[in-house]
Amino acid sequence: MDDTKLIRMANQIATNLAAKGEAVAVAETAEHIGKFWDPRMKAAIFADDLTRLTPIARAAIEKLKAQVSAA
Amino acid sequence: MGYERQKDFGTPEVKSAEMVTLTIDGRDVTVPAGTSVMRAAAEIGGDIPKLCATDNVKAFGSCRLCLVEIEGARGTPASCTTPVAPGMKVQTQTPRLAKLRKGVMELYISDHPLDCLTCSANNDCELQDQAANVGLRDVRYGYSGANHLGLPTDTSNPYFDFDASKCIVCSRCVRACAEVQGTFALTVDGRGFASMISAGQTVDDFLSSECVSCGACVQACPTATLQEKSVKEIGKPERAVVTTCAYCGVGCSFRAEMRGEQLVRMVPWKDGKANHGHSCVKGRFAWGYANHADRITKPMIREQIDQPWREVSWEEAIGFAAAKITRIKAEHGPRALGGITSSRCTNEETFLVQKLIRAGFGANNVDTCARVCHSPTGYGLSQTFGTSAGTQDFDSVEDADVIMVIGANPTDGHPVFASRMKKRLREGAKLIVVDPRRIDLVKSPHVEAAHHLPLQPGTNVAVLTAMAHVIVTEGLVNEAFVRERCDWDEFQDWARFVADEKHSPEFLEAVTRVPAADLRAAARLYATGGNGAIYYGLGVTEHSQGSSTVMAIANLAMATGNIGRRGVGVNPLRGQNNVQGACDMGSFPHELSGYRHISNAEARKLFEDDWGVTLDPEPGLRIPNMLDAAIDGSFKAIYIQGEDILQSDPDTHHVAAGLAAMECVIVHDLFLNETANYAHVFLPGSTFLEKDGTFTNAERRIQPVRKVMEPANGYEDWQVTQLLANAIGCGWNYTHASQILAEIARLTPTFAGVAWERVTSGEPLQWPVNEKAPKGSPIMHVDGFVRGKGKFVVTEYVPTDERTGPRFPLLLTTGRILSQYNVGAQTRRTANSVWHQEDVLEIHPTDAENRGLKTGDFARLASRAGETTLRVLVTDRVAPGVVYTTFHHPATQANVVTTDNSDWATNCPEYKVTAVQVTPSNGPSEWQEEYADLTAMARRIEAMEPAE
Repeated sequence: MDDTKLIRMANQIATNLAAKGEAVAVAETAEHIGKFWDPRMKAAIFADDLTRLTPIARAAIEKLKAQVSAA
Repeated sequence: MGYERQKDFGTPEVKSAEMVTLTIDGRDVTVPAGTSVMRAAAEIGGDIPKLCATDNVKAFGSCRLCLVEIEGARGTPASCTTPVAPGMKVQTQTPRLAKLRKGVMELYISDHPLDCLTCSANNDCELQDQAANVGLRDVRYGYSGANHLGLPTDTSNPYFDFDASKCIVCSRCVRACAEVQGTFALTVDGRGFASMISAGQTVDDFLSSECVSCGACVQACPTATLQEKSVKEIGKPERAVVTTCAYCGVGCSFRAEMRGEQLVRMVPWKDGKANHGHSCVKGRFAWGYANHADRITKPMIREQIDQPWREVSWEEAIGFAAAKITRIKAEHGPRALGGITSSRCTNEETFLVQKLIRAGFGANNVDTCARVCHSPTGYGLSQTFGTSAGTQDFDSVEDADVIMVIGANPTDGHPVFASRMKKRLREGAKLIVVDPRRIDLVKSPHVEAAHHLPLQPGTNVAVLTAMAHVIVTEGLVNEAFVRERCDWDEFQDWARFVADEKHSPEFLEAVTRVPAADLRAAARLYATGGNGAIYYGLGVTEHSQGSSTVMAIANLAMATGNIGRRGVGVNPLRGQNNVQGACDMGSFPHELSGYRHISNAEARKLFEDDWGVTLDPEPGLRIPNMLDAAIDGSFKAIYIQGEDILQSDPDTHHVAAGLAAMECVIVHDLFLNETANYAHVFLPGSTFLEKDGTFTNAERRIQPVRKVMEPANGYEDWQVTQLLANAIGCGWNYTHASQILAEIARLTPTFAGVAWERVTSGEPLQWPVNEKAPKGSPIMHVDGFVRGKGKFVVTEYVPTDERTGPRFPLLLTTGRILSQYNVGAQTRRTANSVWHQEDVLEIHPTDAENRGLKTGDFARLASRAGETTLRVLVTDRVAPGVVYTTFHHPATQANVVTTDNSDWATNCPEYKVTAVQVTPSNGPSEWQEEYADLTAMARRIEAMEPAE
């Protein structure tokens, strides 16, 4: 998958949820990506170094990755 | 059933709690106060002669044929203009009345052609009927005096003629145009004997006038004066079947009036709950595509897209497609497969396609055209209210006091509902329009917006948050409603957020370009003007913040208490005939029918038990993700039913690249559409006239679609899907669409009470229809929100990444026009093209002058995604810095220019904001030339070998 596009999508979600405060935004970004992204999209962003993500998006991806790993 | 004219009660129905009992011809009748004597008589089966009266326009009292005698009253009053009174005693048939009526008819007939036997309305003419009813046998005056018999016929309209020699100047057409359609294109020109019906100005004919060809005048005409050309050519219908229009999301009910298997005309059904007997030019007249020469009725296949198509049998085509699907699944796994359901097909057909993808292919890679239109509606309203649909029925507009139209152009996109909206506005409701363009609603005959907020494209959230700021900071919140119905803590968070000075109209004016005073006034009007109803369209959803805008709208409605009763609500005007239904049927990759997430084990088990399969618990790919994955190499095959993604989806270059990368593209459609240029299998589709099933319109109304002729391709679309499913081993055995509807009801709680017999009986059914709402739900969230407490969501304005600059200094926004429909596959193959032969670019006079462009010049329209050329229309309808076009014509392909920007929550494309440059041009773009060559190559069909 085009990881640049996935990074942009994740950042866009996080930016639009940022007004809810960091903790909520991280949780809701992770939840949103978990609910709406196909497994190959999630796998592609999990494999990224996440340096191009905003702090909220990065925290969300790390949170989601941990959840998936634990499942 | 044989052919019967629709019953005409003579005057409109009156709604009143007060009932009145009177006696007509010795029979008691009880009707609402205010009802006319004519209608009261009709209610008990009476048939008072009439010519100028018809029940969709107000009584006029001009023809003097409907005279009656009333005990104690002087003279012989007209029954159409006389209201009932308690104890009134009416006689409708007396020797005195007969003599008067005969005299009136004699005058009419003295100036009317006596060519009944060769007249196209013979045996379907009210004038003829009334002459017979009054026993007219001769005309004492003769026929040699001054008359109108030599007047010419206006044949300019492609669908109907106006034969002035047959006109009795009853004014029904004029009043229908004014009262029903609200266009005011017709008038009675001249006085007395010189009176004539006139379209537009003296120099106009019907085609050049403001007439929008809705057909209301034709339907109202009691003679053959205004007559469909198709009736003249084919003859009088011999049977009628009630069905549902296959164009926009209004979902008008029509009588398909047939002669044998030939459709003679589509006439709006007066009992239709969405349209109440009205229509637009598309549904009423633009059905000729069904038999167009371009229609493909035989399956075709090819190994490579640079090869010509080869016509084959259904068995060979299905076997070819199934072999490819099976091979790809074996080599790359089920997630390499997917499909797209069609919002133009029935609920049963979309349900079956998503079932094929999930249960047959084994993946959740199913999506639908709502991805590119109203997916943010589903997301936003689900988050805030708990239901992915609008809150009202269309009738609700009759009780609206303030109507706010945001990012919608109802007179073009949803014309039949627009007529009802305009009627309410003429009655005194106030209008707020939020739109970058000065759409027709802003100022049209007898309608003028109280406020037009011409915002900068892409700033919807800023405008709505500024309105919320006014409502909160000026104390206009309906606190009682919010405390009772919404989560109070979330409201307080939201109220604090919007009250911040950075969300004030004054602070945001630099961004929105909406004068702060205008915005404040509009907000005050919405909050304090009585019942406030919001209607919105793709100008809300097709943005990078489409979902945020929907939630901002929901916030406004909750804060002002405008939810849960008639006259208020949040009303998405949905685009295609069954886009609501397609969403309801589980067409999105993350959810099953009834909007249950695929990760919900309980919901999944319901389907697994019923279908006998194991479902993938992970969400699938959305359309743009499918294309990305195809280019990436992990998505290999797609089944597309009734959707032309190459023309309709954004960033055409990207769509083309995605399709070209796939190993198997199966297109199931009426025509070789643009997407089919990249297809390996073409499965011919059936029209809405050739199938049984249901559509669900924008007000969640489930309505019947009836088969009035055999499919030209041999199969209804659900049957084709079943053929493909069975070829890959699914083992389905549906024999009628009603069985699929029963499965939908079994598996979908909001459809639990829906059954074929109920739908086809004409029973009004708006989902949810279940144990809690056995008769359906015209208005949602009446006693509480579906999700429990209404949820206020903080919606921060986030500017789009799409910015103007030196290279691309203008903003392009796209839309639709009245006569064409979406990608134009249907309407371009009808006479509607007389009104719109090509896409044009609207540009403000200042921007045009700066570029040396005049109306009619060719211009190059370029963005970072691509470029095309099209003609220019210089108009101040668009603001400086903004240009506008449509995407109805593949020769233009406006989506070559639109980008891959999309809504943050749903990936709905940002069609409404593209930074562009416009420059003079003297020829087609490189893409247009290349695409023309590709199309010519891709549409070759190999000559068939002669039979032995």
